[in-house]
Amino acid sequence: MTSIHWFRFSSPASFYPLAGKLAPWFGWAAALFALVGLAIGFFVAPTDYQQGESYRIIFIHVPAAWMAMFTYLVMAGWSAASLIWNTRLSAMMAQALAPTGAMFAFVSLWTGAFWGRPTWGTYWVWDARLTSTLILLFLYLGFIALRAAIDDPRRADKACALLGLVGAVNVPIIYFSVRWWNTLHQGASVSLTSSPKMAQTMLVAMLIMAFAAWFYTIAVALARVRHLILEREAHADWTHRLVEDAR
Amino acid sequence: MSAHERRPQSPDHPDDGHPGGEPRAEALPALAAIAWACRRDLLLAMRSRAELALIVVFFVLVISLFPLGVSPDPTLLERIAPGIAWVAALLASLLSLPRLFALDHADGTLEQLVLAPAALPALVAGKVLAHWLTNGLPLVLLAPMAGVQFGMQPDAIAVLTLGLLLGTPTLSWLGAIGAALTLGTRAGSALLALLVLPLAVPVLIFGAGAAEAVSSGLGAQAHLSLLGAGLIVGWVFGPLVTAAAVRIAYE
Repeated sequence: MTSIHWFRFSSPASFYPLAGKLAPWFGWAAALFALVGLAIGFFVAPTDYQQGESYRIIFIHVPAAWMAMFTYLVMAGWSAASLIWNTRLSAMMAQALAPTGAMFAFVSLWTGAFWGRPTWGTYWVWDARLTSTLILLFLYLGFIALRAAIDDPRRADKACALLGLVGAVNVPIIYFSVRWWNTLHQGASVSLTSSPKMAQTMLVAMLIMAFAAWFYTIAVALARVRHLILEREAHADWTHRLVEDAR
Repeated sequence: MSAHERRPQSPDHPDDGHPGGEPRAEALPALAAIAWACRRDLLLAMRSRAELALIVVFFVLVISLFPLGVSPDPTLLERIAPGIAWVAALLASLLSLPRLFALDHADGTLEQLVLAPAALPALVAGKVLAHWLTNGLPLVLLAPMAGVQFGMQPDAIAVLTLGLLLGTPTLSWLGAIGAALTLGTRAGSALLALLVLPLAVPVLIFGAGAAEAVSSGLGAQAHLSLLGAGLIVGWVFGPLVTAAAVRIAYE
């Protein structure tokens, strides 16, 4: 019995068709989960007795915030892999994940502002979580900007991988320093942790939406990495054959 | 990534590392390498003293703008003084970062340092030490003046200065990593700010928080301990990461 050669798929040429097969499945799963999650969230979940209907934005807000943080971790993981094994595909995966992570960080800030207006009476407070998500967004933007500033793709891979790792080490430090900063300044006047315990259906809808966000991220990352592969491997024979076959 | 990995043979050094070839130059011990690089950069800095003075002037200028922009009210100024001093120090250290590697990169010295028979992390550490002595230390020494300008209490001024003393080397290391990563890129200093400033947030929080904790009657020991921890982490991992970033620029 032979074991599966996992590193077979670290070659862009063999990963390209695999990503092409997987991406639609994850895309459809994301759409399905999003539909079900939103249906439960909007029509089944009860109205919150304190926040009224406005709380329903958490079905987008919370999964987006989770995904923004988790995507950075995954990105750092691919960065580490690209530095350790010197594989091009790992760096491409990190590059493919960055825009989605930035998008989720932005969505969580934006929806949070819309939720904060009716609930806290303000679009923005310098709450620890808001601030650390904002800094996370800047970390994503720095990663993308560094990538765009370096012309040589292999050098950009390595520089971004190093930046991703330094950022990943710093993220928990930033998170806790910001939390401590806020609690030192003033008592937590607004905090998500002190919100009323949520109903079962709310939690279910939120988890389903979290899965939708996961599948969406995977689908988009795979689709994007296919484009990156084509762009970067444009000189290779197999991409030429691909174009020939497509004609 | 190992900081001591062997570089691939370069055409300039055909005999480098061959066992049967000419005897290689003795590798410089780490401390000697740090001292050499530090001395060289200090000498270069002393030759262009006017540029050094600019950083100091920038720091004082930024600090002096805040009362004009915010309000001359002494109680308000005293409250926001530590934050202003730290933000000004952050911006001033950012301003001087391109000098750390870019000039050496432009004239080829940095490449020779990468190829030199000495540990690159040690050479980088020497450079960053010199950078801090010429750009960070003056800010630390100026901080008491800023504190007096803003009417801070003497003990708060002392803690502000101590915090800057502990925190600015960490800023130098974060900046060194960013400066090495952006070597020779198009985007330049704006990109450097985007890379470095988010990473410097904890230093800013603990540094400004230390002085504020003293003003509000709490002890500053926790903040200063964390700044000290950052200092140690910076000096232990900073040379390795920065050296790796410099190598990436030459691959």
